[in-house]
Amino acid sequence: MLNGFVAAHDGRVRRPDDTDLVVRSDAPVEGKVSVVTGGGSGHEPMHAGYVGSGMLDGAAAGAIFTSPPATEFADLIDEVDNGSGVLAVIKNYEGDIMNFETAIDLVGDADVETVIVDDDVAVSEETDKTGRRGVAGTILVHKIAGAKAAQGASLSEVRKVAERVIENVASMGVALTSCTPPEKGSSTFQLGDEEIELGIGIHGEPGIERTQLDSADEVTEQLAAPVVEDLELSAGDEVAVIVNGLGNTPLGELYVVNRKLDDILSDADVDVYRSLVGEYCTSLDMSGCSITLLELDEELKELLDYPAATPTLTIRE
Amino acid sequence: MTGSDTSVQQDLSSEALIVKLVERIARRVDDEKEYLTELDSKIGDADFGVNLDRGLTAVLEELDGMDVESTFAAEIVETVGRVLMSEMAGSSGILFGGGLMTASAEIKGGTDAESFVAFAWAYVDHVEEKGDVSIGAKTMFDAIVPAVNLLSKSVEHDERSPAETTGAALAAARRGAKFTSTLEAKKGRASYVESRSIGHPDPGAVFTAIVFEEIHSLVQEATDQDIAADVDDPL
Repeated sequence: MLNGFVAAHDGRVRRPDDTDLVVRSDAPVEGKVSVVTGGGSGHEPMHAGYVGSGMLDGAAAGAIFTSPPATEFADLIDEVDNGSGVLAVIKNYEGDIMNFETAIDLVGDADVETVIVDDDVAVSEETDKTGRRGVAGTILVHKIAGAKAAQGASLSEVRKVAERVIENVASMGVALTSCTPPEKGSSTFQLGDEEIELGIGIHGEPGIERTQLDSADEVTEQLAAPVVEDLELSAGDEVAVIVNGLGNTPLGELYVVNRKLDDILSDADVDVYRSLVGEYCTSLDMSGCSITLLELDEELKELLDYPAATPTLTIRE
Repeated sequence: MTGSDTSVQQDLSSEALIVKLVERIARRVDDEKEYLTELDSKIGDADFGVNLDRGLTAVLEELDGMDVESTFAAEIVETVGRVLMSEMAGSSGILFGGGLMTASAEIKGGTDAESFVAFAWAYVDHVEEKGDVSIGAKTMFDAIVPAVNLLSKSVEHDERSPAETTGAALAAARRGAKFTSTLEAKKGRASYVESRSIGHPDPGAVFTAIVFEEIHSLVQEATDQDIAADVDDPL
């Protein structure tokens, strides 16, 4: 898969020999903090799709739904680091965290900091559990941290702005069907024709409620309400929106969801500053979508608008 | 790996014994990978069996190219851990593979009982620390801790035969794995299903029981004792 990806985006990205990494073709880029990520495959275009100027310097790809090993993360740091430091954007899964922490031990002297993305509001935040999952909101962390790094900010400044995004971003997904991990060859879970799973995880982890399939408008309301509530949005707030397809949802349906979401937000006097509608963080062949909102401030807006050129997301000047 | 007064198998070195154990565990996982994956699909992301199988297949290839008799036991275990860590990846790679790598430092005298107990405790410590896990969180920890406890006590008091010791440890591992069925998961992806995880055993704990089954059967054969283990039915 990675070779095909690199072939499709030749000149922008490269795959270092004997690795499952994708890095900017000009990595290591001198004079800036590097921003990296990684995780299991099966979420294409995440993660390699966000490697490019203004976003990620590199990404490590694991097996389907499985964290890359610590050694790959360590190689990733070595490939991109120019001495200015590395910020790793890790989604809140134990495998990703443990492997990345071990990688930091392996590389020893590099200046590496991490942020953990946990935007999925479907998961309760009890302290004795793993906590909220990282899902599509991660893309906004990549975008904004990448922009901050491109502007020449220090590692701690890049980390701080990434943490601010994490505090202000929330997501929720819904599945109409399960995904089919290829090595298993069958669905992870079963949903009836008329059933949906609210709060689905991007690996097919069960959500919070299994309910009857309703109209797109009803489903959008059920997704938007907990996200709006989590962010405590009120009149006058500005947000960035992602309406994300989970792998097997027609783009047209995502626009239907976005239309309703736009209505909900405008009824609440919340201003949509920028919208992304499409497949940004998928779950193999799952039917369904997720909604992500990021509450913006002036700096986050500026960083969101900062130019980026990646295979998946391009922001022009 | 057994009573302190005897080396396990006169005709096999510690090194050969370790390789044999790894081969048997790999074969069991190959046989049961669909079952393990099925268990994982009830509570997790349905890849445990295939990941374990992929890791162990790579381990066997690595061992195949190794001159076992001229390699120290600790080095073999370290190699097994390193290959598992990079080939299995995920949390399992760090916990199982990293655990073997760390604990291999305790194998000083080959497979004698004291070394094995020290090794097992170091492995338990690694899992506890890296996984930030405790008893009752529905993980492999629930199977491995009671088994290692029993192993360690038996060796300390030196009253049981080697096969009795491993049989009792196996029984404890199986009880622990069964116990995980009653628990709500607190760690990993299984924790997201909350109460829906109740009623299904943790695949890591079931795998732990499989490891102890293979240890026990190897020790039984090696010591040529036919003592019926005090064990429950297989899960």
